[in-house]
Amino acid sequence: MNRKAKMLYRRLLQAVPIMILATFVVFSLMQLLPGDIAVTLAGENASEERIAEIRELYGLNQPFLVQYGSWLWHAIQGDLGSSLLTGEAVAETVSRTFPTTLFVVVYAIVLSVLIGVPLGILAASRPGSPKDSFIMSVASLGVAVPNFWLGMILVLLLSLTLNLFPATGFVSPTEDFAGAIWYATLPALALSTGGIAEVARQLRGSLVEIHHSQHVRTLHAKGLSPAKILWKHGLKNVSVNLLTVVSLLFTKILAATVVVEAVFAIPGMGSAVVNAVLEGDFPLVQGAVLAMVVTVIVVNLTTDMLYTVLDPRID
Amino acid sequence: MSSNTLTLAPGHEPVYLRILGWMRRDLRGTASLLVLLAMVAAAVLAPWIAPYAPADQDLANTLAPPSAEHWLGTDDLGRDVFSRLVHGASMSIYAAFLAVGIGLLVGVPFGLLAGFLGGWVDEVISRCIDALLSFPAIVLAVAVTGAMGIGLTNAMIAVGLVFAPQLARLVRARTLVVRRELYVDAARCFGASTGRILVRHVLPNAIQPVIVQATLLLAVALLAEASLSFLGLGIQPPDVSWGAMLARAYLYMEIAPEQMYAPGLMIMITALAFNALGESLRVALDPTMKSR
Repeated sequence: MNRKAKMLYRRLLQAVPIMILATFVVFSLMQLLPGDIAVTLAGENASEERIAEIRELYGLNQPFLVQYGSWLWHAIQGDLGSSLLTGEAVAETVSRTFPTTLFVVVYAIVLSVLIGVPLGILAASRPGSPKDSFIMSVASLGVAVPNFWLGMILVLLLSLTLNLFPATGFVSPTEDFAGAIWYATLPALALSTGGIAEVARQLRGSLVEIHHSQHVRTLHAKGLSPAKILWKHGLKNVSVNLLTVVSLLFTKILAATVVVEAVFAIPGMGSAVVNAVLEGDFPLVQGAVLAMVVTVIVVNLTTDMLYTVLDPRID
Repeated sequence: MSSNTLTLAPGHEPVYLRILGWMRRDLRGTASLLVLLAMVAAAVLAPWIAPYAPADQDLANTLAPPSAEHWLGTDDLGRDVFSRLVHGASMSIYAAFLAVGIGLLVGVPFGLLAGFLGGWVDEVISRCIDALLSFPAIVLAVAVTGAMGIGLTNAMIAVGLVFAPQLARLVRARTLVVRRELYVDAARCFGASTGRILVRHVLPNAIQPVIVQATLLLAVALLAEASLSFLGLGIQPPDVSWGAMLARAYLYMEIAPEQMYAPGLMIMITALAFNALGESLRVALDPTMKSR
């Protein structure tokens, strides 16, 4: 087995304990609930028999680790229990709402890259110039702005005043892709400011570093144009770093959807989690958080592996 | 005889001169520090600065535009927006420090232990850190708040628990370097206990990047407080924070859009100041980044 394959294999193995621990944390969340979980699960004014029945049904009279094992076993098979409020299977709710959230997240990431990359290149072209300072200042704003507030401002400006985009709602991309993009643009824009800033900063940093390196100086001396150096040597070197930034962005933007979905009334998993928490619908909270965490772990693992495959320096 | 003037070696000048020197060199850091001090002053002096109590109602004047009587107008219940903004400062700042404080209290000891003891302790703690870092921050905070009970303090404890693994990882990495230093060996030779070595020798030398990160996390905590309070999971009435003000402003966005400007701007300026201060501290504390 060559070194690369060995590294991939090791990385895959490392993900196993992380996955187990993460699921354990999700399961343990339930134990944080004050009082008897069976009473909570049974709802208000439940009879003693009903509580005992719930205890039996959820295996709550068994040792903690046994409960975890059986919960995990069911979860792997796609059984995440059912909502206390609607009775809908949690797995069903997750598969209905998660694609909506993911669509907005991916859209926001695409915007972050599409806007952040040119800004980073512009800033790096003259480090220390007014242009550079201006772009980096805007990037600082992008990190500090509360994205749900930006969402509100965008709604006020672009939908209520100028009528360019719908203020709230969502259209499924499988039914009407153009409509979906139209509806998701403002939420994605609100979510992407931090991402734009991070991509621009990271790219500027690595490009400036490469500009100062020996091999780029040599290329300059040999008379290669700055544009050619940027495209053929600069971006090629930093594109792999960008991959890491994007995978970190995924987690951050996914988290932020919880608030931004509320602003735009998007029926995604973020809204589902918040409603479930407010209503005390704990199985749904658990299932949704589990789905998000597993997705994050898989995305991180995939980027790590891509990184290993793509970067010729790793061998 | 020009060499008569006395020059002090760097590091030996009086503290106030060093601070003045820093302020002159780092205008951005100074400005952000002043902004934050002003915020803290406003928070402490809120009862004297604010013309009204945060819950005082002027029911004849709801959702009023700015006027001489109400500088930033009134909200849907006729409460003075400027007064609520000033009172909200204390809650928002308290929340940010609470979350970061808890993050430090939980994260730093685990990071120290993992880095210093190594072996299986490190292995276990590091894997737990990895697992916890896979949780989207606000989502975990939302879930933990839901489990522990809705309210500002619980919400910020939850946010602090989200910060803990980040800080632990940072401390661990520094500790790995510091524990190989000669002075640690020396202390051990003198018979110092592990606890004493950790607290007296490793911690002070591993803490610099943590101070920087903690300052940056104050901004994240402030934004998290705003988000959680906006969702109704954080601060509960009659208390007020900037996030809670935005939640009400959202409801009346179409009739009184000016309601949402001031709280959002306050959050952004404060977060910006925390970030700028963190960057300045990074430069000031890092001996390898003298020039900037």
